[in-house]
Amino acid sequence: MLTYVIRRLISTIPVLVVVALFVFLLLHLGPGDPAAIIAGDFATPEHIAQIRAKLGLDRPLHVQFFEWAGRLVQGDLGVSIFSNVPVATLIHQRLEPTLTMTVTTILFAVAVAIPSGVIAAWRRGRLADRVVMVLAVTGFSLPVFVLGYVLIYLLSIKAGMFPVQGYVPLKEGVWACLRSLALPSMSLGLVLVALIARMTRASMVEVLNQDYIRTARAKGLAPSPILIIHALKNAGIPIVTTVGLAVAVLIGGVVVTESVFAIPGIGRLTVEAILQKDYPVIQGVILVFSFVYVLVNLLIDMSYGLFDPRIRYDG
Amino acid sequence: MHPTVFSRSLLAASVLALAGSAATQVQADPKVLKVIPYADLKIVDPIWTTATITTHHGFMIYDTLIAQDENFQVQPQMLEGWKASDDKMTWTFTLRDGLKFHDGAPVRSADCIASIKRWAERDLGGQLLISRTESLEAVDDKTFVLKLNKPFGQVLETLGKISSNILFIMPERIASTSSAEQIKETIGSGPYRFVREEWVPGSKAVYAKFEDYVPRSEPPSMLAGGKVVKVDRVEWYYVPNKSTAMAALNAGEYDFYEAPSIDLLPMVQSNPNITVKVLNPVGLQVAMRPNTVIPPFDNVKARQALQYIVDQSEYMTAMVGNPDFWRACPSLFWCDSPVMTSAGGGERLLTKDLDKAKALLAESGYKGEKVVLMDPTDHPTHAAALLTAANLRKIGMNVEVQAMDWATLTSRRKSKNPADEGGWNVFHTRFGGDASSNPITHLGTNTGCDKAWFGWPCDAEAEKLKEAWVDELDDAKRKDVLDRYHTRLMEVAPFTPVGQYAIPSAYSNKLEGVLRTPTMVLWNISKKE
Repeated sequence: MLTYVIRRLISTIPVLVVVALFVFLLLHLGPGDPAAIIAGDFATPEHIAQIRAKLGLDRPLHVQFFEWAGRLVQGDLGVSIFSNVPVATLIHQRLEPTLTMTVTTILFAVAVAIPSGVIAAWRRGRLADRVVMVLAVTGFSLPVFVLGYVLIYLLSIKAGMFPVQGYVPLKEGVWACLRSLALPSMSLGLVLVALIARMTRASMVEVLNQDYIRTARAKGLAPSPILIIHALKNAGIPIVTTVGLAVAVLIGGVVVTESVFAIPGIGRLTVEAILQKDYPVIQGVILVFSFVYVLVNLLIDMSYGLFDPRIRYDG
Repeated sequence: MHPTVFSRSLLAASVLALAGSAATQVQADPKVLKVIPYADLKIVDPIWTTATITTHHGFMIYDTLIAQDENFQVQPQMLEGWKASDDKMTWTFTLRDGLKFHDGAPVRSADCIASIKRWAERDLGGQLLISRTESLEAVDDKTFVLKLNKPFGQVLETLGKISSNILFIMPERIASTSSAEQIKETIGSGPYRFVREEWVPGSKAVYAKFEDYVPRSEPPSMLAGGKVVKVDRVEWYYVPNKSTAMAALNAGEYDFYEAPSIDLLPMVQSNPNITVKVLNPVGLQVAMRPNTVIPPFDNVKARQALQYIVDQSEYMTAMVGNPDFWRACPSLFWCDSPVMTSAGGGERLLTKDLDKAKALLAESGYKGEKVVLMDPTDHPTHAAALLTAANLRKIGMNVEVQAMDWATLTSRRKSKNPADEGGWNVFHTRFGGDASSNPITHLGTNTGCDKAWFGWPCDAEAEKLKEAWVDELDDAKRKDVLDRYHTRLMEVAPFTPVGQYAIPSAYSNKLEGVLRTPTMVLWNISKKE
């Protein structure tokens, strides 16, 4: 197992190199000049040229790349050319909101979606199944920002239950933090509820048709043990894969939700950096999250053994 | 329990638990001012950038030698006063007592001189002043002397200018940084200090009251007078979504929203706890800027044609809507400012005359070449770009509208190449009304060829008239020179104004003492419990 993990981690290195090179070229060959944005709307061309020179943006592309790559090898992601703040600090500042929102969203989605999917499969073709699937399709079709505004209107403005926007850090209290994340997690979670519920239903339907389930029923087992112990565990792999990919997407940043609810997360950091052509920040964030993505995929693969003992990673 | 019932119960319980005492969600600490500025603070050096948000930051933590009051008259701010020689060639400035930087060091003449020199490397007015300076030297820690080598009728107005770049005073060691490089420390002598450890670029900036600040004794008047801080702390939060920001203001989660979308004002106008008011006495001048170095707008007749395709009310209705917030203006300078003049036929900027425009275009020799109009779809001038495209087509121009984001536009506008080789022919921008209120600082009227703003209009006669205006010390004669300068500019047509407008601010009625200023300032404001 350890050999397998180490081999997988080493295999991320060429992936990261390709990502780094691709992102660097894409950014520098695309339109836009950070020096012009830094100087502001009312700057003269001369001032912009001076800033370009000072930032080293007028040097050949390969010189800039190798300088950046050299620092990267030493673990230095660079410094934002706008704020002068290290990229690692910027990512660190945005990590907590993103991680807490990811956790609450996933917990909400799993808590609602898996029972719903199990029930829909168990009651296949009946009213419960239809209701769950209609809600799933609706949840999947509803844009997050529309749902976000509806929730703000109903639960914040009308009912006064939750804050309209903003993020309260964990250090200011767990409940205050969770309250600030309630609406974003609900609006973001609904899409995941739909996705996971459909996946759970499909997997469960397949498993419930297996001979060993029929045997369990014939033995007179109650529905709950059949569904949870025998069926759900065996239907787990596709569900875990879906949940894992959702985690990776959420950690990578969910821009619309973060913008609607003014959550200072990774998604907004990335988009703002892209809009302003803050090269070191974009490169750093994409690189870090490429690694996270690979890591999450590895964890998903490793979790398969928990659901199916036949799956072994012996190196 | 039935699984569905279980999951519903779980969800309901979670929601209720989270809501908890949520009905009392609004935190109203009377000593903390929560503000939504128009943009996020990413750059903290107000000399390195001309970005307005950094100017706001500058007024929080720095102080100025001279400030302008609500009548746009210069007043001493950090200065005790000044003395000019009879020929106005030697100026002696004296600092007032008790001035300290946030690190406890006293403000000295050397700090002021270093700050002036760094500012003058960037600012157009500063460059002009320094070009006429023979010497700038400290007499002692509180006194310094400026000696001119040529008359300059705008010494005090330039040192106390209200548009970016503002002359903010920094400690000498910080002001010694090259102006092409961002400063690394944020230490000023202003009424607030920057709490750098709480700064989250792109999201939050925090300022604390500077306890050692000594305000002037005069009452506040625009940017002049006593800067008395009445709260302990100011927190800026950048809320990117304007609907969310408006809803949050309505719910009392913020105290002050600098620049709400005019379309969304009805959301708060019915709220008796919110005030909506234009606080900026000068707003934004919207300009159509042709590229004068490539055809067809290298021909003056083609540029003059642009003056006849604009009906400013059409543009302002499309861009702003509510007529309470805009006005048409027959001047290339800011209307209502001391330099406003319509000499040289400014009235033609107000209404369309497409026949005249067509005739001028024909005289220019235009033969249907493609005209590239840059359209920034994420910028307020997007509507103006679409209107101009339609109007240019009406006079027979072959217009290609190229949609792009503002960041791309700011990069591309630097190109002097032909339009089909990455260049451009026309775009729209906004000049600050404060900068447009002075011929020295107005970027649009600068006709200094390569040294002019993007579009690079070139006219020696206009530049001479501007210099004559700067040199002239007699007010009546300066008015005459100004009229001649404006007349010449109308002929050269370096840009065509399409209207001017102001953006109102919205704030809680708990706030008292909100000042009318051209930039967001947060002194003098108290918050009722």
